[in-house]
Amino acid sequence: MSAAPTTAGAAGSTQSRPGSRPLLALVLFAALALVPAAVSLGVPAHWLSLVTRAMIFAIAALSLDLILGVGGLVSFGHAAFIGIGAYVTGIMITEGRTETLLILPVLLVVCAIFAAVTGAVSLRTRGVAFIMITLAFGQMVFFLAQALSAYGGDDGLTLYARSTIAGLDIAASRTGFFYIVLGALIGCYGLVCIIVASRFGRVLRAARENATRVTVTGYDVGRVRLIAYVISGMIAGLSGFFLANQTEFVSPAFMSWQRSGELIFMVVLGGVGSLHGAIIGALAFLFAEDVLAGITEHWKAIFGPLIVLFVLFTRGGIVGILARIRGRSDG
Amino acid sequence: MADPVLALDGVRKSFGALKVTDGVSFSVAPGELHALIGPNGAGKTTLVHQISGMLRPDAGSIRFRGADITGLSPEKRARAGLARTFQITSTIASLSVLENVALSVQARATHPLALFRNAARDARLNGPAWAAIDAVGLGERAHVPAGRLSHGEKRALEIAMALTLEPAAILLDEPLAGVGHEEGARLIALLKSLKGRYAMLLVEHDMEAVFALADTVSVLVYGRVIASGEPASVRADPTVREAYLGEEG
Repeated sequence: MSAAPTTAGAAGSTQSRPGSRPLLALVLFAALALVPAAVSLGVPAHWLSLVTRAMIFAIAALSLDLILGVGGLVSFGHAAFIGIGAYVTGIMITEGRTETLLILPVLLVVCAIFAAVTGAVSLRTRGVAFIMITLAFGQMVFFLAQALSAYGGDDGLTLYARSTIAGLDIAASRTGFFYIVLGALIGCYGLVCIIVASRFGRVLRAARENATRVTVTGYDVGRVRLIAYVISGMIAGLSGFFLANQTEFVSPAFMSWQRSGELIFMVVLGGVGSLHGAIIGALAFLFAEDVLAGITEHWKAIFGPLIVLFVLFTRGGIVGILARIRGRSDG
Repeated sequence: MADPVLALDGVRKSFGALKVTDGVSFSVAPGELHALIGPNGAGKTTLVHQISGMLRPDAGSIRFRGADITGLSPEKRARAGLARTFQITSTIASLSVLENVALSVQARATHPLALFRNAARDARLNGPAWAAIDAVGLGERAHVPAGRLSHGEKRALEIAMALTLEPAAILLDEPLAGVGHEEGARLIALLKSLKGRYAMLLVEHDMEAVFALADTVSVLVYGRVIASGEPASVRADPTVREAYLGEEG
């Protein structure tokens, strides 16, 4: 069966060679590390929080790329994990538990359980059915959060404090918080790269292309995909932790289906399956949003058509364009 | 006679009113090359799918190395030592020949799904993979993506992937279909070199190859085995000549 679920199968050919990955990622992370310095030298001050926010979404987009780009599973409910991460953080802070080393384990376990249960059900399906069922689970969590009246319900939950590490507020300094998020992003990227290059990752990649072959070779494809789904959900949950701490507010909107769609677009924009593409995609998405919103309040009317044009006329996203430019200068 | 590696007993499968497998029984002894021939639509591939677990028979039993595997999933059959190739070659197109074979080696390793161990540089996987690649004559093509191989090379790759599963039996679904004369001759030589080491079930249209390779030939027509025996006696069987070979003689 060559039934690679929906769009992800076609993306295989545009994946960058693993060899080009370290250099591009290194340049990217070095550039990000210079943002606070650039701000002190006169770059618009709101860039610091904008890039922080973009890096938080980059963590989520990266986790989505693991299952969408590498595994070929188009999840349309990935924002649910951001939401769960944010709500676990928000609720624990509201209950007076601000210690990060306490929040993170709880958050990761909750996300893992949610991913294991919903993944076990949704991975029984393929293609469009998988998209719809992940969307349904996402909406389920969305409405659950809306009904959570003890923690703000529809209106969301304002946090009276942020998370702490050994008693110190992790976002006391905006530059400090920026580097914590950057560190987490680099850590997640490294982790996902290692997983993709591992024995497990090889089976996951192979199953995207030809699940039948992988099955008759003796692998339980469903189990491999479920493990990837759980890992992906946990990483996305981590981004929810940072988002709650940055905005000092959590609301059901964090996990609306539009947000899940935006995550997919970030991955497609950057280049499906390339991992660093998801990070570039998230940065490009948030910057485009910021620039367009500064021009007109009807910015979505410009952004929508731009997205359509981009998807129509580029293959392999931004990473694909970069690879073609480099290929041309080499040849 | 030694206990058979693979034994089918009264296997039946219908798609609606169509009986595609109609009470098939035969067995393959250790080291035996058993050929299954029959006209188009005789149900050969459907039968291979049932043996490898991709389809469930409606009735009857399939025994492998003494155990009933009729209800077992395909991945469990593969792990038990039942390997197969496909009529339409099935490889991982974007992965190199080496990685395809290493994927297969990995399936039998102690930690087939290790999360953090780099796979591409793992000598424990690449060593046996290289051995299998050399055995099927793909040494010079080891770093080429499987999707860019010629048809015959893909067949050889599939065979290398099957060999590294350390199988007790190999199901070969029309390995010569669509392969040119020269590559075909090379594949026949390859299968000959494997003869005696594995129990093999060879589904094939190429009569020349079948009679050159097989120890036993079974003839499948409309889902039934109408004759089974040594190649010479099957070739002489009047019912077989009428049903199948007749058009040639």
